Amino acid sequence: MEKKRLVVVGNGMAGIRTVEELLKLAPDLYDITVFGDEPRVNYNRIMLSPMLSGEKGFADIVLNDAEWYAANGIHLRLGTRVSGIDRAARRIITEGAEQVPYDRLLLSTGARPVILPVPGAHLPQVVSFRDADDVARMLAVARPGARAVVIGGGLLGLEAANGLNARGMRVTVVHLMETLMERQLDAAAGALLRQALEARGIRFRMRAVTDSILGREAVEGIRFKDGAEDEADLIVMAVGIRPNTELAANGGIKCDRGILVDDRLRTSDPAVVSVGECVQHRGQCYGLVAPLFDMAKVCAADLAGLETAPYTGTVTATRLKVTGIELFSAGDFVGNAGTEEIVYKDIRGGIYKKLVVAGDRLVGVVLYGETGDGPWYFEQIRAGADIGALRPRLIFGQAHACGRQEGDDIAAMSDDMQVCGCNGVSKGAIVRAITEKGLTSLDEVKAHTKASASCGQCAGTVRKILAATLGTEVVEAAAPPICGCSAHGHDAVRKAIVERGLTSIPQVMAALGWKTADGCAKCRPALNYYLLCAWPGAYADHQPSRLVNERVHANIQADGSYSVVPRLWGGLTSARELRAIADVVDKFHIPTVKVTGGQRIDLLGVAKADLPAVWADLNAAGMVSGHAYAKGLRTVKTCVGKAWCRFGTQDSTGLGVQLERMTWGAWTPHKVKMAVSGCPRNCAEATIKDFAVICTEAGYDLLVGGNGGMELRGTDRLCQVATEAEVLEYCGAFLQIYREEAWYLERTAAWIGRVGIETVRARVVGDAAVRRAAHGRFLAAQKTAQVDPWAERAAQARDAHEFNRLCQVG
Amino acid sequence: MGPHWINVGRVEEIPPLGARLIDSGQGQIAVFKAGDGSLFALHNGCPHRQGPLSEGLVSGHTVTCPLHNWVIDLASGEARAPDNGCTPTVPLKVVDGTILLHLPDPRAVVSG
Repeated sequence: MEKKRLVVVGNGMAGIRTVEELLKLAPDLYDITVFGDEPRVNYNRIMLSPMLSGEKGFADIVLNDAEWYAANGIHLRLGTRVSGIDRAARRIITEGAEQVPYDRLLLSTGARPVILPVPGAHLPQVVSFRDADDVARMLAVARPGARAVVIGGGLLGLEAANGLNARGMRVTVVHLMETLMERQLDAAAGALLRQALEARGIRFRMRAVTDSILGREAVEGIRFKDGAEDEADLIVMAVGIRPNTELAANGGIKCDRGILVDDRLRTSDPAVVSVGECVQHRGQCYGLVAPLFDMAKVCAADLAGLETAPYTGTVTATRLKVTGIELFSAGDFVGNAGTEEIVYKDIRGGIYKKLVVAGDRLVGVVLYGETGDGPWYFEQIRAGADIGALRPRLIFGQAHACGRQEGDDIAAMSDDMQVCGCNGVSKGAIVRAITEKGLTSLDEVKAHTKASASCGQCAGTVRKILAATLGTEVVEAAAPPICGCSAHGHDAVRKAIVERGLTSIPQVMAALGWKTADGCAKCRPALNYYLLCAWPGAYADHQPSRLVNERVHANIQADGSYSVVPRLWGGLTSARELRAIADVVDKFHIPTVKVTGGQRIDLLGVAKADLPAVWADLNAAGMVSGHAYAKGLRTVKTCVGKAWCRFGTQDSTGLGVQLERMTWGAWTPHKVKMAVSGCPRNCAEATIKDFAVICTEAGYDLLVGGNGGMELRGTDRLCQVATEAEVLEYCGAFLQIYREEAWYLERTAAWIGRVGIETVRARVVGDAAVRRAAHGRFLAAQKTAQVDPWAERAAQARDAHEFNRLCQVG
Repeated sequence: MGPHWINVGRVEEIPPLGARLIDSGQGQIAVFKAGDGSLFALHNGCPHRQGPLSEGLVSGHTVTCPLHNWVIDLASGEARAPDNGCTPTVPLKVVDGTILLHLPDPRAVVSG
């Protein structure tokens, strides 16, 4: 039998999803040709946001690669625009006048962004946020410090703003309405969202109407109807989408706002079906991904000639894909006269939940801060479940409302419940893949079902489903143990110390079942540090668990001698200090004096027995230990800044000194190097430091997680702040969170690489209360940490045995 | 004359999980005290690059060299696999809280 011919116009998520569903139902029914005007395979359009922010690359968001098309015998015609439909002859006509016949035609032409018809909208730096080309255009302009104005405070606009902010741009969001994302959020959640984004450095202009875009050949700014103006190098328009109906309309297919379809997704011509953002179904046009998955199922059944339940519309749920901000909404969350609200509000804790109830049914939900129960609420809404009995506990989520233990919730999930919103994967589909294909790991489930393969927010649920289906614990790549002495990982040990109130190394070892009597050179220094960090002031530093450099406060050299580095605050010194250093060099016959990369003076080749006397002389000149040997604050490197430099914008040297005065003496998981550059020329080489400040006319750019060592890593941008006081607060908070959460011997670069900059940013920038508390803990710990170790030892008040011979014989 | 037992100090002068140094006619000797109180004496050079073992971290009956983290058995002086090498040990005994090392008679060295 000759195959029927299916032509698909539109190579996006809706069209290809329909083809996928069709191939499942009737793999050999059609000879399929797909036309796409973008020159690339089908990718996950909703993942453009993480691509813009730099969290993902294009390869990460491809849904169907070229091999998939080939393997399924699909003729893929990329970069080919279809210009007409000859319905009488059942064929389409391409722009190149090629004619391709069809038996069934699937229109999945999508939608295009609305461009406001204001003066200047044609300029090349005015872009929409719709496809991979738009991302490329934005990134071409998105250099740190450049200014972006995003018009539209909806889902897409905010994701664009966040992405550009993450790229170091100064971003302003302009919104017509009073509430951000007013189509998905109520006023309270919108306000929380705005606060969180403002804390990341994004500015907002609400109730602002765009008048014109300024600039002759390139964008220079934007003017509003009230006369206000902002400077801008890039304008992003995210004010809505419009269904692409022209092809259908010109072919005589009935259209209104979108292509009109019935409950089988058929257009006014039964041979022609249509899915996705281009359609209008029961008066409704959709711009989200979930309806498209529902439509694809029904449409595929129709193409396969099978009976199926009609498409009756989709209740949509929304998640904001901004890492570190949890936001979920679904259904009718605004409510009306016939509905009631159940609200939980903890503004300080950043948690807001609102349920809208009509009689015994849940009809809408808004969750901010904690969204784990979102899918469950959503399921109750979609199913129209009777929640009357659960109502008193409903706001506390599924576990409380249903009195279930962790784990039972998986059994309670219906097979239809959608687990992965990005890729439209239900629990049933995951379970089937696990049992039919014998999958045993999260990565395998990801590969076979695409569940959790995109934004990853559902990975925890997928893991639980895997565990429940296999009936075992899922073997994750467990956290590596600290060392061979223990089965516990760093996080587990830190947690146990704090939660069980363990206050000494022997206690930790006993409580956690150490296999060795007194640990080893890996775990003892780690435990000593963890205890010191957990109980500042109370824990007595255990010297035998320190490696030699930190025990004798100097750097051991290859020949067993030591190097001594006095602290030069911010790299500043004076004639008096230099004289004292020169005298010490002469007096103790120190063979080598070297200037270090961190702007310090290194005295190399000091005998151990001479150390206390060397320190005493340096102390006498007012100098203290430079901690050049410590897993602690090493140096703050600075440039001269505006005091001398003609390019300097701020007092970078003074700020460096302040930072060093605040942070010296702090013990950290690994060494910490900082720098302050007085302008973006960055003469202090701040972008490879653990914490860095780059001064600008507008304030201070804060950067973290750089490393110039074996694995070169440039810093990630944290945020921009306006005052020196803020620099100090953010620095203290960042260091404290690093001190409390990183693994021992993990530099900030590796730590951020492991936990993600967004996690760090959410704590330090996103939540002012968390930041202030962390800064406070840092300062409190510093009260007992800022003791010059040299002075203690020079006075023979501590560890005198370290420096003296037991005896001499022979 | 042959080697002698020589008094080098008191047990309590060695810090637990630590070491003290003795200058001898044969170079530096390190006396270690393990967590369980056991004492050991070794020449103060790692078989790898002669790192000062006295500065290392003591755990169990081993010391970890401060230069490149070789782990040396305090009783035998052998490096733990995969490293390979041996540091000479010095016989040690404790009498009434006094540490005695079995060293060549210093007078023999002087006269020799």
